[in-house]
Amino acid sequence: MDAVATPASVLRADFPIFERVIDGHPLSYLDSANSAQKSRHMLDTMMSFYTTSYANVHRAVYQLGVEATEAYEGARETVRALIGAASTKEIVFTRDSTEAINLVAHSYGRANLAPGDVIVCTELEHHSNLVPWQVLSQQTGAAIRYVHIDDRGELQLDELDEIARSGNVRLLAVAEQSNSLGTSNPVRVLADWVHEQGGVIVVDGAQSVPHRPTDVTALGADFLVFSGHKLGGPSGAGALYGRRELLEAMPPFLTGGEMIRSVRLSGTTYNELPWRFEAGTPAIAEVVGMGAAIEYLVGVGLDNVQAHEQAITRYALGRLAEVPGITVHGPTEHSRRGGVVPFSLDGVHPHDVAEILGSQGVCVRAGHHCTQPVMERLGLPATTRASFYLYTVPDEIDRMIDGLHRVRRIFA
Amino acid sequence: MDDLYREHILDHYKNPRNHGALTDADVSVEGTNPLCGDELHLDLNIIAGRIEEIRFHGRGCSISQAATSMMTELVEGKTVEEAAALTRADIEEEMGIPLSPVRLKCALLGLSTLRVALNRHAGVALPEGWAGMDGVDWR
Repeated sequence: MDAVATPASVLRADFPIFERVIDGHPLSYLDSANSAQKSRHMLDTMMSFYTTSYANVHRAVYQLGVEATEAYEGARETVRALIGAASTKEIVFTRDSTEAINLVAHSYGRANLAPGDVIVCTELEHHSNLVPWQVLSQQTGAAIRYVHIDDRGELQLDELDEIARSGNVRLLAVAEQSNSLGTSNPVRVLADWVHEQGGVIVVDGAQSVPHRPTDVTALGADFLVFSGHKLGGPSGAGALYGRRELLEAMPPFLTGGEMIRSVRLSGTTYNELPWRFEAGTPAIAEVVGMGAAIEYLVGVGLDNVQAHEQAITRYALGRLAEVPGITVHGPTEHSRRGGVVPFSLDGVHPHDVAEILGSQGVCVRAGHHCTQPVMERLGLPATTRASFYLYTVPDEIDRMIDGLHRVRRIFA
Repeated sequence: MDDLYREHILDHYKNPRNHGALTDADVSVEGTNPLCGDELHLDLNIIAGRIEEIRFHGRGCSISQAATSMMTELVEGKTVEEAAALTRADIEEEMGIPLSPVRLKCALLGLSTLRVALNRHAGVALPEGWAGMDGVDWR
């Protein structure tokens, strides 16, 4: 078991940005689903890496090159342990979730899909887990089928029976947690279903890996992607997990240096896993920073992070219910959702809500959250979204609520 | 901040001028702003090179709705050439505030949609997806 949970109010001191004052207001950062803030541990690790150990990886034989390679490959082990993968060979560093999904679509997808095959996606997906599959469908002639959502943003799993009857399901892509509605999806159920169909599952963990314990075996994931910047690492580093036998059989995605074993004018042989999928000089310090962010999270305990977010989400839902004219979207039951709360305020456009909250130091996102099909399904032009993390405290929610009352006065 | 939501902007938002649609409009154009999910429908009647009537409807944030309302007041009765010469600065002057980069697309949705409409009316062949935003300094 992890150590006794440290309160968010204490963890907060580990994040220098919370010293920031916006126009006389303390910072209320309620946009962690967009990107998370950075711990001093992560920032110090990156600074130390650049100031004492920086060199390119995998080729320099001098001391700095050895240290840089050890730091970079050490982060791979940190990622492996975070998600319970069997081997570091199954961990490929990418720029972010988007690049990792594109890697799977281009490499696995083009090699394994053909006309007559079926890709299954959901209406709930972020554009990054939707557009690559639409493009793959166009390129390979495979059909794409969608699992739709109900009015509360829950996947309608009964649709799977009809999709199964059509046969030839080769791949299912789904987020473990919706970025725009907060819905937690039953990944294990979906994994078992697609495996029965003879297909593989691609799990978008961008909104789940930073917020709860992850075990790729328990999930039944064939592929899992996440972004480092959403778990407190720098932007520019993320990861793809792929089951080893799948990765072994996949053709390269990007090609060039680093991913090769030998190059002759007559032809090239490729490097072994995972470097076969890491062409070019990688985001070295960013990967090291992502590793440090994960170390910090593991130190806090991801079960503690999850428990805290559930508590703060329950608190936020209760306080939002006090504001006249507020409609919260997504699952009603807080246990069915992560720390993401999208809402509408009657008569006020979300962009105006976010602007006025922003002037009070309250950072929320307004827009379609890269999920236009969800907005269309729910008949919303956009929503305002508050999202939470391990450092979110009730005071921030209270300041958002005060701000919402202010919005109502301005637009009364 | 409250500068942005000053009285005359909220007045245009709550009581938009030239709101609605024209039946048998000479030119009708849809404008969108994906950032906010704004949608704007603009109708114009242009007689002898002059904008005789203009109406708009759609959905959007207060800034886009108010700025569009102000734009319609600016161009009604003007010649096509005068209307086509309107710039970001004219909209900012009407709003009475400098526009931050993030709200610029909201505030200029009406103007850019007007540019598309005027070009279409003149029979100018436009590139696919041209949104009338050429020449805007986005800083």
